[in-house]
Amino acid sequence: MYEGVVQDLIDELGRLPGVGPKSAQRIAFYILQTETYDPSHLADVLTTVRDKVRFCEICGNVTEQTTCSICRDPRRDQTLICVVEEAKDVVAIERTREFRGLYHVLGGAISPIQGVGPDQLRIRQLMTRLADATVSEIIIATNPNVEGEATAAYLSRLLQAMEVRVTRLASGLPVGGDLEYADEVTLGRAFEGRRLVG
Amino acid sequence: MKVTHLSLTDFRNYQHAEVEFAAGPNLFVGSNGQGKTNLVESLVYLSTSGSHRTPVDTAMIRQDVGAAVIRCRVESEGRSVLLELQLNRSSANKAMLNRSASKPRELVRYLSTVLFAPEDLALVRGEPAVRRRFLDTVLIQRAPRLAGVLADYDRVLRQRNTLLKSARASGVRGSALSTLDVWDERLVALGSEIIDERSALIADLVDPVRDAYRAVAGGDHGPRLVPLLTVDGAQPDDDDASDVRAEAASGSTRDRFASAIAGLRSRELDRGVTLVGPHRDDVRFELNGLPAKGYASHGESWSFALALRLASAQLLRERSTTGDPVLILDDVFAELDQARRARLAASVQGYEQVLVTAAVFEDVPAALRTHTVRISAGTVVSQGDESQEWAPDEIVPSDVGASDE
Repeated sequence: MYEGVVQDLIDELGRLPGVGPKSAQRIAFYILQTETYDPSHLADVLTTVRDKVRFCEICGNVTEQTTCSICRDPRRDQTLICVVEEAKDVVAIERTREFRGLYHVLGGAISPIQGVGPDQLRIRQLMTRLADATVSEIIIATNPNVEGEATAAYLSRLLQAMEVRVTRLASGLPVGGDLEYADEVTLGRAFEGRRLVG
Repeated sequence: MKVTHLSLTDFRNYQHAEVEFAAGPNLFVGSNGQGKTNLVESLVYLSTSGSHRTPVDTAMIRQDVGAAVIRCRVESEGRSVLLELQLNRSSANKAMLNRSASKPRELVRYLSTVLFAPEDLALVRGEPAVRRRFLDTVLIQRAPRLAGVLADYDRVLRQRNTLLKSARASGVRGSALSTLDVWDERLVALGSEIIDERSALIADLVDPVRDAYRAVAGGDHGPRLVPLLTVDGAQPDDDDASDVRAEAASGSTRDRFASAIAGLRSRELDRGVTLVGPHRDDVRFELNGLPAKGYASHGESWSFALALRLASAQLLRERSTTGDPVLILDDVFAELDQARRARLAASVQGYEQVLVTAAVFEDVPAALRTHTVRISAGTVVSQGDESQEWAPDEIVPSDVGASDE
């Protein structure tokens, strides 16, 4: 244990996800000992981030305005909505530059263990977006795990009644990899999802 | 396949040990508590990424030490691989395959074992959970993909039970349960696959179990394996809700599972727990038309347990592309009479490699004594063939004994 404020700093850093006690200690001593490092910039960003950043009123993505840059962009295809669990999934899909439609961030996945049901997710907001019939396809891009699949199944049931095409991202082999290095579960899934060629 | 060399560092009571293995039978002898089982436990761990003795990895790290290392050379079909696993007390375990970084879970592909242990008596006499674990272990060894299906089923089951419990606690039956249908769907999809795979495995085991039982017991007592499926209304005896059973329906497994779940919904809401599915199934072992549990003698129960292990080894051998699984007979000979010992020894003779541990050298039939390793207080005292005099002070250079192939 260190004295007073040094230990406070280590404890506080250690509360962040992905930072263990050793990393916390290393970061704390870097801040203390490196003369060229000015922590006031970090302090400023930390205090303003909570005030400035809000969630897009339409899709739930992070933004500094009332709506996010994707929802504001008139060049995006307004007939497609890709449903994801978290804002970081939007960034991942944007990196592909393949998808030119809009997003909808649920804010998680259905998980009774964590106390998350449909009411805790932004599902009602998704339904309102579908009201005016501009959207023709919903692409469900929740994670390919138990909770993500359950959320996808729930959404597809809900959307059945609407005049909209519902699709789910395929799961299968990583591109550029060798078949032999794929784990059995992924390879097994790829077998299930095989498709006709030509 | 066969293990050719094993090196242990700070594993259980071994500070450091190097053991050479022969093809065919290898016998490890030593008094109780000297480390025979620890030695084979390390191989079981590599082949199943789990110990049969403890669910906590740290129990296998020698006291007051930070990490244990298992290093094992395996040869199959003329090719040799080096498997290395470091068990760490305070961080994630590390694995290496032929000296390059790998995942602990990957190692299981290169070493396949079938373990016979005194605990196997519970396969016949114990609770249904023991038999489910036996079936699932063989399923994963035959088709590793099923490890994912089993893990997902378990996860869905826990989510669904939590939902049922919270619905019971809050007394809500409407909106909070709107996701129950979704969980039902996942439960039925994954569960049906497990039910079908287990049923197929049980069907495949029937003939090899009958042959193996006759070979070990020396008589034909008509061993049978009868699947008890809760979706078809069966009630395994560990069921704490034995008054609840599903109506037997017909059709595909999915249809039967779905209708069983639908029929029990209000009961499940009352109890806050999932009442049907592979997590409550069982398989009944019968001899001469009577359940082995409760009717079979000690010897008959043992013969049945051994027959199950021999049969699973047989199945793995038939499907294997990397040769026979390594058979590990941990302390089983002490439990058997003279005639059964000889017959068991004969049954395992044909396998590429058989590892046997025993406290008493004479308990093990001569056919399995061709390569003997003596173990005392966590050290390999001597290795060699049977004629070797036991000289505790003298470490004899490892000498590969005659193989029995």
